[in-house]
Amino acid sequence: MKNFSGRVLFLDRSDINTDEIIPAKYLTESSKEALKPYLLEDLNLDGFDPKADIRDRAIVVTRTNFGCGSSREHAPWAFEVNNINMVIASGFARIFRQNMFNCGMMAVELDPGTIDHLFKRYGGGETVITTDFDSMLFTVSDDKGTETLPFQVSDFDLAIVRAGGWVDYADKHY
Amino acid sequence: MGKTIAEKIFEAHTVDSLAGDITVIGLDAVFCHEITTPIAINDLMARGKDRVFDTSKIKAVIDHVTPAKDSKTAMQGKILRDWAQRHNIKDFFDIGRNGVCHAIFPEKGFVRPGYTIIMGDSHTCTHGAFGAFAAGVGTTDLEVGILKGVCRFKSPKSMKVAISGTLVPGVYAKDVILSIIKIIGVNGATDRVMEFSGPVVDRMSMEERMTLCNMAVEAGATSGICAPDMVTVDYLWEFIKEEYPSRQAALEAFQAFTPDGDAVYSDTVEVDVADLVPQVTFGFKPDQVRPVSEMEGTKIDQVYIGSCTNGRLDDLRIAASLLEDKRISPKVRAIVSPATPDIFSRALDEGLIKIFMDAGFCVTNPTCGACLGMSTGVLANGEVCASTTNRNFNGRMGKGGMVHLMSPATAAASAVAGTITNSEIFCDKGERR
Repeated sequence: MKNFSGRVLFLDRSDINTDEIIPAKYLTESSKEALKPYLLEDLNLDGFDPKADIRDRAIVVTRTNFGCGSSREHAPWAFEVNNINMVIASGFARIFRQNMFNCGMMAVELDPGTIDHLFKRYGGGETVITTDFDSMLFTVSDDKGTETLPFQVSDFDLAIVRAGGWVDYADKHY
Repeated sequence: MGKTIAEKIFEAHTVDSLAGDITVIGLDAVFCHEITTPIAINDLMARGKDRVFDTSKIKAVIDHVTPAKDSKTAMQGKILRDWAQRHNIKDFFDIGRNGVCHAIFPEKGFVRPGYTIIMGDSHTCTHGAFGAFAAGVGTTDLEVGILKGVCRFKSPKSMKVAISGTLVPGVYAKDVILSIIKIIGVNGATDRVMEFSGPVVDRMSMEERMTLCNMAVEAGATSGICAPDMVTVDYLWEFIKEEYPSRQAALEAFQAFTPDGDAVYSDTVEVDVADLVPQVTFGFKPDQVRPVSEMEGTKIDQVYIGSCTNGRLDDLRIAASLLEDKRISPKVRAIVSPATPDIFSRALDEGLIKIFMDAGFCVTNPTCGACLGMSTGVLANGEVCASTTNRNFNGRMGKGGMVHLMSPATAAASAVAGTITNSEIFCDKGERR
């Protein structure tokens, strides 16, 4: 099972699409590792510096319809090779969400009010999220305090995250 | 309780039901192209599982960058080509016979009402025009589809999109779908199937229905879908005439995949297109749509006519009809890419290619290339493209470029004017259809 705890990258925008996550011109790469320098290269977000802002981050917190657009699994892969294995958002595009779990990564949906709270309370600061799968709780903390937030992931999604992906599961069952 | 088209298709294809309202369905077709499939092939090989579930149900094409532009894209083509040969996949379309996947696969008769189809390409929803459930998936889902012939989905909910009224001449399926995405937003149909119905859809050709369904994913939909009818039967007849004694018999068989009158929908959107005017996008999201008249005079650098949305023969005919005996503005460059070799060949026979060339267009081979900024028409930083494609994302056709989505008619008129316009094509008089 991958790591789902660490420093947070806040992306305060809805509808961040797959072309912004990894532009199509890099889809000719044949290894996931080759995508590493290009993550979020074309993100349209004021003040965002892809090189500096991604460094040492493990979790993305963002708004709704994250990952809309292309079916490219290169989008989760580009996060994965940058050691970001979880995106927390108020909504996801279907294909991106399923691709994340298929790769043994997490796309966790929280209600818009909670996401709004995270941006208002923690956005712009140094924030760490720790994920506890036994109690299904996120612990969110910065230098001013700590709080816990419950999250939900279906049993099946959790099973393929624990199994490391969908291919082995499907090969065994079908 | 009545059922939607998607519910009927799922009912006929369910292999497994998982917790959390997830259904695993058997697949009638797995479509493959050279961008998302090679990594699936390599992974299957690394796992010692280089197998395919059914050779006859896998269709493959090199379409995104073709002919190859460099060593990397050449290798992607080679991996797909070698795999197709190794597994004796007969329906593999290599250079010379290849076209844009969502244009060539329907053209070859690979899509039937009631089918379940996946592809590692988000615009797979196009094939719902035939009354099929067709969904874009990532490489892992594609890999499992190739290996096992199954895919998992949330059990489908459907949004009913009822389109009434009569289109004014100069207003097309592209304008209709742009106006619908504007209403429901870029995630307005997420995790749902958009089921298009109503008199406007009934009167549409298969090509127009494909344009409609093609952009369902731009509203977040899993698949677009249209009920099969005699238009569907007529399109498919040459491929199915051995299977049914008559067109009427085929139609009756396809009725199994029409929605029940009391089907239950998660939402209903009713659109009256009687007053619809040509539409164009203005931002970086496909729901940022306004009438062309409000964008009149916007400077453009490039015009692009092609893609899985609007690169079919009717699209070329419409554009050519506005370009005959005209030249494009000296301030712009223009590219037309017929979506398949058959479309290209017919366009030659009909004299359309000569009209494009005489007008000053560059005519490329069938390819997806420019639509996603991979080849044959990439924009420079700061350039603007009037395009018949499907996505206006930031940097989509080239880093720092701006894309305005529109119909082939608006694109052709804009090429002549050198700025975005509909003045050549649009009038509110004449015969409505």
